[in-house]
Amino acid sequence: MGLFVLRRLGVMLLTAIALTFVVFFLTNLQPNLEKLARTEGSVRMTEEAVQDWIAQNGHSGSVLLRYGQWLGVVPGWTYTDEKGQMRGRCFEIGEDPAAAPRYCGLLQGDWGFSTFFKTPVMDSLGDKLAATGWLMLAVMLVMVPSSLILGVLSGMREGSATDRTLSTFSIASTATPEYVSGVVLVALFATAATGISPILAEYGLIEPKKTLFLASATSAMDDITFWNFALPVMTIALYGIGYIARMTRASMTEVMTQQYIRTARLKGVPFRTVVMRHALRNALIAPFTVIMLQFPWLLNGVVIVESLFNYKGFGWTLVQAASNNDIPLLLACSVVAVVVVLLTQLISDIGYVFLNPRIRLA
Amino acid sequence: MTAPAPDTPWDPSQPILEIEHLSISFFTRLREIPAVMDFSCTVMAGEAMGLVGESGCGKSTVALAVMRELGKTGRIVAGSMKFKGRDLAKMSDEELRHIRGSEIAMIYQEPMASLNPAMKVGAQLAEVPMLHSGMSKAEAWKLARQIVADVRLPDPDRIINAYPHQLSGGQQQRIVIAMALMAKPALLILDEPTTALDVTVEAGIVDLVKELGEKYGTSMLFISHNLGLVMDVCDRICVMYSGEAVETGSVTEVFDKMRHPYTQALFRSIPLPGADKNARPLISIPGNFPLPHERPKGCNFGPRCDYFEKGRCDEMDIPMSHIPGDDRHDSRCLRWQEIDWSAPPTKREVKEKAEIGRVVLKMEDLRKYYSVSGGAFGGGAKKVVKANETLSFEAREGETLAIVGESGCGKSTFAKVLMGLETATSGSIMLFDENVQSTPIQKRNTDTVSQVQMVFQNPFDTLNPSMTVGRQIIRALEIFNFGKSDAERHQRMLELLDLVKLPRAFAERMPRQLSGGQKQRVGIARAFAGGAKVVVADEPVSALDVSVQAAVTDLLMDIQRENKTTLLFISHDLSIVRYLSDRVMVMYLGHVVEMGTTDQVFSPPYHPYTEALLSAVPIADTRVERKRIVLEGDIPSAMNPPPGCPFQTRCRWKSQVPGGLCDREVPPVQVLEGGHQIKCHLSREVLATMEPVIKIAAE
Repeated sequence: MGLFVLRRLGVMLLTAIALTFVVFFLTNLQPNLEKLARTEGSVRMTEEAVQDWIAQNGHSGSVLLRYGQWLGVVPGWTYTDEKGQMRGRCFEIGEDPAAAPRYCGLLQGDWGFSTFFKTPVMDSLGDKLAATGWLMLAVMLVMVPSSLILGVLSGMREGSATDRTLSTFSIASTATPEYVSGVVLVALFATAATGISPILAEYGLIEPKKTLFLASATSAMDDITFWNFALPVMTIALYGIGYIARMTRASMTEVMTQQYIRTARLKGVPFRTVVMRHALRNALIAPFTVIMLQFPWLLNGVVIVESLFNYKGFGWTLVQAASNNDIPLLLACSVVAVVVVLLTQLISDIGYVFLNPRIRLA
Repeated sequence: MTAPAPDTPWDPSQPILEIEHLSISFFTRLREIPAVMDFSCTVMAGEAMGLVGESGCGKSTVALAVMRELGKTGRIVAGSMKFKGRDLAKMSDEELRHIRGSEIAMIYQEPMASLNPAMKVGAQLAEVPMLHSGMSKAEAWKLARQIVADVRLPDPDRIINAYPHQLSGGQQQRIVIAMALMAKPALLILDEPTTALDVTVEAGIVDLVKELGEKYGTSMLFISHNLGLVMDVCDRICVMYSGEAVETGSVTEVFDKMRHPYTQALFRSIPLPGADKNARPLISIPGNFPLPHERPKGCNFGPRCDYFEKGRCDEMDIPMSHIPGDDRHDSRCLRWQEIDWSAPPTKREVKEKAEIGRVVLKMEDLRKYYSVSGGAFGGGAKKVVKANETLSFEAREGETLAIVGESGCGKSTFAKVLMGLETATSGSIMLFDENVQSTPIQKRNTDTVSQVQMVFQNPFDTLNPSMTVGRQIIRALEIFNFGKSDAERHQRMLELLDLVKLPRAFAERMPRQLSGGQKQRVGIARAFAGGAKVVVADEPVSALDVSVQAAVTDLLMDIQRENKTTLLFISHDLSIVRYLSDRVMVMYLGHVVEMGTTDQVFSPPYHPYTEALLSAVPIADTRVERKRIVLEGDIPSAMNPPPGCPFQTRCRWKSQVPGGLCDREVPPVQVLEGGHQIKCHLSREVLATMEPVIKIAAE
């Protein structure tokens, strides 16, 4: 097992390097750098001045070398201008270049400086990740149990009325993208003029002019309450619930037709126990992989939902970084995404072995 | 054990199970499909009742009906099933649940599929007493351990903590049996319990079932298509055909004094000792099994029956009639009193023996090793699996060479190497003086490929489901570069259909519209499309029903006679091997342990493994006396074969070899008179003392 994990970690590292290089290459394309020069320097810079700015700020030279610098395996760039002032990757203007470290990249813990937030990337990303972490946790807590219950309930008696009702719900919810369900949910629950809030207010169940839920999750950054957090969580979870429930149902219906389920029934095991003890574990093997795949997908999902509900998390940051051409921040976001994806896959492979005794790690 | 439970006043002299006029139908959207009609049978305490018939005859439906497990579509439409005097058909789900597993238990066909893959064996066993007698977990596990030891599994402590996939097929089946015995049921239903197992393993399981039945006084309902097995296990038998019981009675009466034409036809279509492909060929039952919604009026067997009388047999439903003088012997035939049951079959045609020509295939010292990784995480030391060891033989034109052995003995690897799907590790394969051993099939020329063809075991999976039958045969002809035009190939395809005795109209049919036997005929037509000279038939009839087996075997023999084909017949079924082969090669763990003509192999002196194999095959003939030699344990893994002689771990003759030679050295091949080869350390004197395993009592 130890060896397996080590080997998987090695493969992960290679994948991470390859993927971040692709992102690095794409964000450091020439037109992008020119755009950066104009935003950082002046919009009215001449073509020549732009090229100078690129060269003076360490953006020239081979992509591989620059990638190495970013990683921290190649010494950081330095540039001495005509006034004898030295600039470099690893020190601020005015600092003593000799005192600065030669290498400063990811490996040294230096993730660069966000050109949009005007703070070190680490600082701006840390809080945002924590915020998204809370959102994802809440989504998972809602999504996984409810979808498994839905899936198992509809799968244990294929074709029954319960099955059809629940299946219809899952298909409908998974067929509705977040940007639709989000808007619908806001209209239904979070406007004082339409939906159910005015009705509730009329009956005196909520205060007049207030809404059942809050349409903006900004306040959840400081203090998470059911009131401000329910809608973003539900928007993401609804889509996933339908999806996982469908998977669980398919796997459950298949398991219920297996001969060992018949064996259990003919042993005199009550139906409840058949489902709980004999079918459930076998039925969870297939959806488990899907659930683990939801983590990277959640990172995606939060982009839309965080923008929609103005929740300043990872997704929101990603949107800001991309629209403002913030290369170091974009790169950091991609590193985070790659690590999350690969880590969840590792966990899913290991968890799979525990669920399914027939699988051995190889 | 047989003491009635307090809430069921039941007298042990009454039948345990009494089924009367039971009819079961499955309901689809289109129509009602009757699966079982007017079925009656009685099982007394301690009695073993055999239910025999071909697939689709409704025998499993009866078994599941007793458990009231017919699914959503199945329903009991008439009749009653009394278990200890209480009607099962009228029980509530809750009452049923108490009977299932505790009073009636079931043993299934596929042990692997019927054990929960994600639960430990012990937990699955312990569940039964915990449910039915409220036993504590610790006690239940203790009982489980004891029952596991009772079904003679080695190392019960390890076994109860294992998962099903960690056990061999035979061990899994013993676990299923143990599970059925956990609550000491009054009735045990066995649904083809050994079909998925090897013969020597089957023999062990059958012995165990019989012994346990006697020990606990359990009644049994034993479902099988194998008449020999039923004779071994059961006291009474019920023969089913197309949803009806056609004959029922005690085993000896039904076997010796059958009074229904179907029973008679069934016995004539199975290879019993004495059958011979030339002098006394098998007689297959003409026609096909009727589909449930296409059953004829009157007698279901009518259209295929030799004694059919128009206007009488097809007039009305035939009732069971009692045969006087015998014990509870009934037959569903109107004419049973008129038919001369002792008359020899009329249609038997004597066939000419095919001439055996020159050597077409010669293998010398062939070896095939695989290397596999040993570690659990993909690493670890590489291990070598010796699938074939020093295989040498020749096969001649027009000859049938049977290759016999249990699963894992290397017979399929051998076929793959010959076909070129794998290349041999060393040794040579000479095909018509051409060395093909290291040429994979992609590199063989079309001639060689079309000359060596294969008939596969499972006709259901080997035909492309989305291509018509004719198209598939034409495709083979195209690949073999046969003919100049499409018209010519089409013509040849029709001829091939004639050859395998299928109507030409079948060319337009899809494989799903064909029955198993018909599919296998298409498979044979495909194999012979390019005028194959050597045909490897890998268990070609084992997936088919007995009555169809005879027809397909005869077809193969006929084609062989005409084309002078060399047939390599791979099989584990010794009865059929004895019937059709000229020479036999017995394999065990990659070694050829015995080779000789059919007579040489089937009579002493034997290799100890052949002896055990022969004694393990059930024979459906009351005159045959069989010596029982039950092999202990399982076949060792080819990954980790025993040192010395491969068979030494299970050999009962081992003590006769001095000096522990068996443990150390692989035995040399001894050539006895007539070219009979035996790979054994036993001296000729000891070999000469061997007695025949099968004796036919004088008539």
